Amino acid sequence: MEVNVKAKESTNKEQTRSGADVLIQSLKKQGVDIIFGYPGGAVLPIYDALYKNPIRHVLARHEQGAIHAAEGYARVSGKTGVVIATSGPGATNLVTGIADAMLDSLPLVVFTGQVASSVIGTDAFQEADIIGITQPITKHNYQVKNVEDLPRIVKEAFYIASTGRPGPVLVDIPKDISTQMFLSVTDENEGIHLPGYQPTKNPNYLQIQKAIKVISNSKKPLILGGAGILTAKATRELKEFVERHQIPITNTLLGLGGIDGDHPLFLGMAGMHGTYTANTAICDCDVLINIGARFDDRLTGNLAHFAPNAKVVHIDIDPAEIGKNVPTAVPIVADAKEALRELLDQSFDSPDTVDWLTSLNVNKKEYALRYKADKEKGILPQQAVELIHRLTNGDAVVTTDVGQHQMWTAQYYRFNNPHNWVTSGGLGTMGFGFPAAIGAQLAKPHERVVAVVGDAGFQMTLQELSLLQEFRLPVKVVILNNQSLGMVRQWQQTFYEERYSQSLVHVQPDFVKLAQAYEIQGYKVETMEEAEKVFAEAFSTNEPALIDCRVVQLENVYPMVAPGKGLNEMIGVRGE
Amino acid sequence: MKRIITTTVINQSGVLNRVTGLLMKRQFNIESISVGHTEQPGMSKMTFVVNVEDERKIEQLLKQLQKQIDVIKVNDITDKAMVMRELALVKVATIPAVRSEIYSIVEPFRATVIDMSKSATTFQVTGDPEKIEAFIDLMKPYGIKELTRTGVSAFVRENQKVPTNHVSIL
Ligand SMILES: Cc1ncc(C[n+]2csc(CCOP(=O)(O)OP(=O)(O)O)c2C)c(N)n1
Repeated sequence: MEVNVKAKESTNKEQTRSGADVLIQSLKKQGVDIIFGYPGGAVLPIYDALYKNPIRHVLARHEQGAIHAAEGYARVSGKTGVVIATSGPGATNLVTGIADAMLDSLPLVVFTGQVASSVIGTDAFQEADIIGITQPITKHNYQVKNVEDLPRIVKEAFYIASTGRPGPVLVDIPKDISTQMFLSVTDENEGIHLPGYQPTKNPNYLQIQKAIKVISNSKKPLILGGAGILTAKATRELKEFVERHQIPITNTLLGLGGIDGDHPLFLGMAGMHGTYTANTAICDCDVLINIGARFDDRLTGNLAHFAPNAKVVHIDIDPAEIGKNVPTAVPIVADAKEALRELLDQSFDSPDTVDWLTSLNVNKKEYALRYKADKEKGILPQQAVELIHRLTNGDAVVTTDVGQHQMWTAQYYRFNNPHNWVTSGGLGTMGFGFPAAIGAQLAKPHERVVAVVGDAGFQMTLQELSLLQEFRLPVKVVILNNQSLGMVRQWQQTFYEERYSQSLVHVQPDFVKLAQAYEIQGYKVETMEEAEKVFAEAFSTNEPALIDCRVVQLENVYPMVAPGKGLNEMIGVRGE
Repeated sequence: MKRIITTTVINQSGVLNRVTGLLMKRQFNIESISVGHTEQPGMSKMTFVVNVEDERKIEQLLKQLQKQIDVIKVNDITDKAMVMRELALVKVATIPAVRSEIYSIVEPFRATVIDMSKSATTFQVTGDPEKIEAFIDLMKPYGIKELTRTGVSAFVRENQKVPTNHVSIL
C-alpha cells in the first residue's frame, strides 16, 4: 500500500510543470523547429522555459521583423510560422504582421505575453487589450484563463491556423499562467473538438458535374489561379487540368508560381498591373474558372466591367469568398487539390479552344510587357529584375516589398517553381519584403533567396540586417532605388498632375556603408554594365549581399488599370 | 430590409464582442440584439435584427458569422414560421385625470403594471415588436418618461409546413 502511494506521488512530481514549460513542450509536439520572437517582462517565464528546453529561436530586432519573417517562412515552407512577443508594445508591434497574414491567408500562431490575470483590466504596466485589438484581424484568438487549458489551446491554435483557409491565430498568455505549476495530463490521444469549425475539403459531386457541363460547353474558358492553388499544393493537378483541356490561365498577384511562368497557356498576371492579354481575356471569356482566388478589387477593377460575358465557376475552401464580390454560377466549396482531382477523375469533352487560344496568342505577342531601355538615362528597374531572373534561372525564392518594384518583379520574374514567391498582396505592407526574405531563407537554407525592395520600404525594417550578419544568411538584398516613394509618385504623376507631395526622397543613408556596418558586402550600381558585373559577383557567393541599384526615378509601372476603371480600360499598354 | 438572425454560440468570454465586432467590421447595422443561455450547457443563443440592403449582403453576413470558430449555428429565420417576443418597460405619466383612460387602452395589450407612483406608472408589455410599437405609439400622447426594450428573441416554430401568408411583422 505504502509503496503504491509513494510511486504515485513521485510521478505526480514529475508531471507537475509550469505553464511555460508545458507551452514549450506543446510546441515541440507540434513539430515547431523555429520561433521568431522578442522577449520582455510578460514572457520572461516562457523565455526561461525556452532556455532550459531549447527550440531554435530567431531574435528579430523589432517584433514587426519577427512576424514578417514568420510569414516568409510560412509562405515558402507551407508550415505554420510561430511568433512570440511580450505584452503591450511587443504585442501591438505585431499588429501589422497579423493583419497582413490574415489578408494573405498565412498560417501563423502568435503567442503574446499578458500582464498577470489579477491586474488585467487595471491599465497595468504594459497592458494592452491584444485580444480586442486583434479580434478582427485573426482567424481566431484565445486568452488563456486556466493553465490546464494551455495544451488544448495550443493544439487548437495550430489546427485552426493551418487548416481550411489558413490564417493567424493569437494566444494571449497572462504571466501568472506561465509560472503556475500544474499537473499536465497528457492528452496525446484526445482529438480536437471544435464543433464550430469544420472546413469542407471535398467538393460536392453535383457541383462538379455542373462545372463540367459549363466548362465542356464553353468556347472561351479561362482559369484564374489564386494562392489557394499553392496553399493546397495543387500545382501538378492544375497543370494537368490546364493541359488536358487546353484552357488558358492567368494568375492573381499571390497566385504567381501556380503555373510555370513560361507555360504556353499562361497569359501572365491579371489585375491592376496585369498583362493586357490576361485582362482582356477576363473581359472576353465565356466561362471564368476561379480556383483559390478571392476576387480582390486590385484584381477585378471596376466590378461592373468584370467578366461581363462569363459564367463564373468558383472553387474556394472559404465559402464566404464565393459570391462575395462576383455573382457565381457554380459555387464549389473545396480544397483546390481535391476539386481539381475530382475534375481530373471525370472524363468529359474538352472545350474547343483552338480559336480562342489563337487570338490570345496574337495578343500575347502584340501586347507583351515592354519597356524602353535607354543607356543614357540609366538602369530601368525592369532590366534589373530581368537580370536577376537571368542570374537565377527563374528558380530563386523572391520576396518583395510593396510598391513599383513589387509590380515589376511580379511582371518580369517569371517563376519556374511554386512556393518561391513571397509578397504582401492583401494588406500591401511596406517593410514586409526584407524580413520575409530572412524567414524564407531560414525555411530553405539551400536555396537562393532574393529580396527585391524599394528604397523607402526597406528603411521600414532594415534593422533586420542584424540577422543576416548574425546567421550569415546568404540573402541578396536588391534595392531598386528610385529615391522616391515610387508608387505614390506614379499616382501623383498620373492622377494629381505631378504634384509630388512628400514622395521624392532626397536624403538617404549610404546603403553601402550601412551594409558594411552590419558586416555585409554592399554594392552600388548606376549603369547596366556595372549591374551585370556586380549582380553576377554578388549572386555567386554564399554570403549575404546588399545592392543599391540606382534606377531611373520617373519610370512607371505599365500597363495599368486606373482605380475605378474596368479591366478593359488599361493605360500604358504599349509601355508608356 | 430587416432580417432576423439567430446564432448558437459557444459561451466563451468575448463571443458577443466577436459577433458584434464582425457586424461592425462588415458594415452591418444592428437594430437589436439579445443574448442568453440555452437548454444546452455552455451554449448561448443570440438573436439579432439587422438591416441589410440585399440578398447578397445577407448571404455574406451569414457566411461570415458561420466562419467564427465559436459560432455553432447560424439561421436567418425571417421567412420561417416563428415565435418572436420582445419585452418593453414603459414609464408613462399618469396623472389622476387620465389614469383610467390609460388603463383602458392598456388592457387589450395585456400589459402589466409593475411600478406606480402618484404621477407615473411603469408598464411591462411583451409581444412581437409590432405590438410593442403600437403600445408605445398609444402611450406617447400621455408622455413617456422612460422606455427600455430587450430586443427580439425568437426561434422557429415546430410546424413549418403550413404556408403562412406571411405579412412581415417587421
Ligand atoms: C506601411 C505602408 N505605408 C504606406 C504605404 C503606401 N505606399 C504604397 S507604395 C509606397 C511607396 C513605396 O516606395 P518604395 O519602397 O521606395 O518602393 P517603389 O514604389 O519606389 O518601388 C507607399 C508609400 C504602404 N503600402 N505601406
